[in-house]
Amino acid sequence: MSTMTFGRAINAGLRRAMDNDPKVILMGEDIGKLGGVFRITDGLQKDFGPHRVLDSPLAEAGIMGTAVGMAYRGYRPVVEIQFDGFIYPAFDQIVCQVAKIHYRTQGAVKMPITIRVPFGGGIGSPEHHSESPEAYFTHTSGLRVVSVSNPQDAYTVIQQAIASDDPVLYFEPKRRYHTKGEVDEGVDPSSSDMGAARVVTEGSDVTLVTYGPLVPTARDAAIAASDDGVSVEVIDLRSLAPIDFATVEASVRKTGRLVITHEAAQSGGLGAEIAASITERCFYHLEHAPVRVTGFDIPYPYSKLEFHHLPDLDRILDGVDRALGRRNSLSGLER
Amino acid sequence: MALSETSDTSARQGAADSVDGTDLIQLIDALGTRHPNPHYDPLVADIDGAALQALYEDMVVVRRIDAEATALQRQGELALWPPLLGQEAAQIGSGRALRQDDFVFSSYRENAVAYCRGVDLTDLLRVWRGNASSGWDPYAINMATPQVIIGAQTLHATGYAMGILNDGADSVAVTYFGDGATSQGDVNEALVFAASYQAPVVFFCQNNHWAISEPVGLQAHVPIANRAPGFGIPSVRVDGNDVLACLAVTREALIRARSGGGPTFIEAVTYRMGPHTTADDPSRYRDPNELEDWAAKDPLARIAALLDSMDLLDAAYADTVKAKADGVAAELRAGCLGMAEPAPTDVFQHVYSAPNSWLDRQQDHYERYLLSFGNGTTTEGAS
Repeated sequence: MSTMTFGRAINAGLRRAMDNDPKVILMGEDIGKLGGVFRITDGLQKDFGPHRVLDSPLAEAGIMGTAVGMAYRGYRPVVEIQFDGFIYPAFDQIVCQVAKIHYRTQGAVKMPITIRVPFGGGIGSPEHHSESPEAYFTHTSGLRVVSVSNPQDAYTVIQQAIASDDPVLYFEPKRRYHTKGEVDEGVDPSSSDMGAARVVTEGSDVTLVTYGPLVPTARDAAIAASDDGVSVEVIDLRSLAPIDFATVEASVRKTGRLVITHEAAQSGGLGAEIAASITERCFYHLEHAPVRVTGFDIPYPYSKLEFHHLPDLDRILDGVDRALGRRNSLSGLER
Repeated sequence: MALSETSDTSARQGAADSVDGTDLIQLIDALGTRHPNPHYDPLVADIDGAALQALYEDMVVVRRIDAEATALQRQGELALWPPLLGQEAAQIGSGRALRQDDFVFSSYRENAVAYCRGVDLTDLLRVWRGNASSGWDPYAINMATPQVIIGAQTLHATGYAMGILNDGADSVAVTYFGDGATSQGDVNEALVFAASYQAPVVFFCQNNHWAISEPVGLQAHVPIANRAPGFGIPSVRVDGNDVLACLAVTREALIRARSGGGPTFIEAVTYRMGPHTTADDPSRYRDPNELEDWAAKDPLARIAALLDSMDLLDAAYADTVKAKADGVAAELRAGCLGMAEPAPTDVFQHVYSAPNSWLDRQQDHYERYLLSFGNGTTTEGAS
């Protein structure tokens, strides 16, 4: 066990994956000498060489399309998208090529590409630097989508993503990069399933489902709720496509109440998918309609207002109150 | 002046560029006369009479394949077919220059290149009959299956070539695309990446003058080959209806790539004599005189004329070649009609390489649904 930051844990996971497999190469903007704008690839070019850590021209479609070619050649490219809002030029290559080539070629060509995306808000940046675009990708068949919430998972899941023969979008909550935690570097990534959700705190009254940057917030909300006599079970999804509904369903069968929280906009978001799927699976165990606590359906706002947009502890607790039918901000309104 | 008038005018200007321009590499002219060229002749010094006959045979066969596939579409056996009529020289000349360990990334019109790679004929038709999303295992013939997103494959070729560099190999990635594709960001980004990494990739642009209904002048105001030097990539403009010239320039590009000289851009100036696909109607947008002009530069007619002038195309040989082409067409037709139908649940196969809980559940439910029609035991209580 060693203590390291979230960012350093990703770095350590990348390093181990590169040590274990010479076909693992990193591609992206500023990832070489600079080590990336967030320093996630710090030192890797120096240690593995510029042929394994490629500073690429400033063109996201180009990076993604050449990664496809590299994968054709037998490589396992790990692509860094500098910021969430910069991924859209690569969208066509991701959706039409990365996601579909395995299906198109009836399994003959594998696309073991990992796409690392620093995502989410809370860092006071201008537009395009704080987005949560995960639902675009969870809606695209052929992709796996994961998000991690703590250094240990960051370390383990990045290796699982790289080892996956299917393409994986790996969403990194950038506002948690400096969070420290214990990391067991001896853990064998193949000993666990990248798709498995994790129960963060057990509880019996309400199931609170989240992922990525809001996991620590949800955990804090559970602690605050317990002070109020409410037992909240927090689930960290980790995998967003597919979602481990069995774990969520088991929890909701126990609690009868479901709250989902994410930074991404509400309409058409993952919260909708989770609410619908869980309702289909265990409608008769629900004591209340599922509740979503999410970002608004707005372009990501300017930073002085971003904490109105981002779900925080109090908004999550308000959602918990709604799920429990307790007095809440919408009491007396039509629901 | 309205925007539409502007583009229409410039389109005509662009389309008026001459295939006989002095900048065009040409070894066999439209009449079948062989013109010496001190630079390119050594690159095709091995092409004797028999080798010329082999190129001729290839072109006759692929034109016959194209005609048969078009007929199959007209007869309702294929949903669609993208003809290559008129582009046989560009595809056979370049395709025959490649080594087996080179890797091709093409669009959907390069059926003659696939023929050069040794594709199983039936595999050419799988997509167009609706039986598969692509026809063959790319690693079996070292050719990716046809790309439909215009220009996307140029980046794949460049990335593949970057992989070749990393491997220290001397293979080359070759990518085929059309004049329309050169407007795409992907193609321009591919040129940037290829130049930056000096990747062993050959950009083979078939300028067939039409992107469905849009003339090349709408894509480019200068010869397309002129763009490449701006990226730091040497380029050449070749008569795309001259199979020998296409072979020569491709060989030169391959030698450059294999010896660490980086990418080359080839513009093969040719003409799409048929429709974009069997669903297209060029009479709505194309002057019939233009087709007549290009028919006079037919790639097959000129090599036939050259062979004839060398006394290498007597009636008996011509009959032999025709019989061979008819045999290939018959094989193609039989392969088409004999193609096995996919099973309903094949729709779920190969989305992922590993089990996927979402999809597995959908497949399970759909299988139960199908069973509900009574072709087996019905399952109650589907959840």
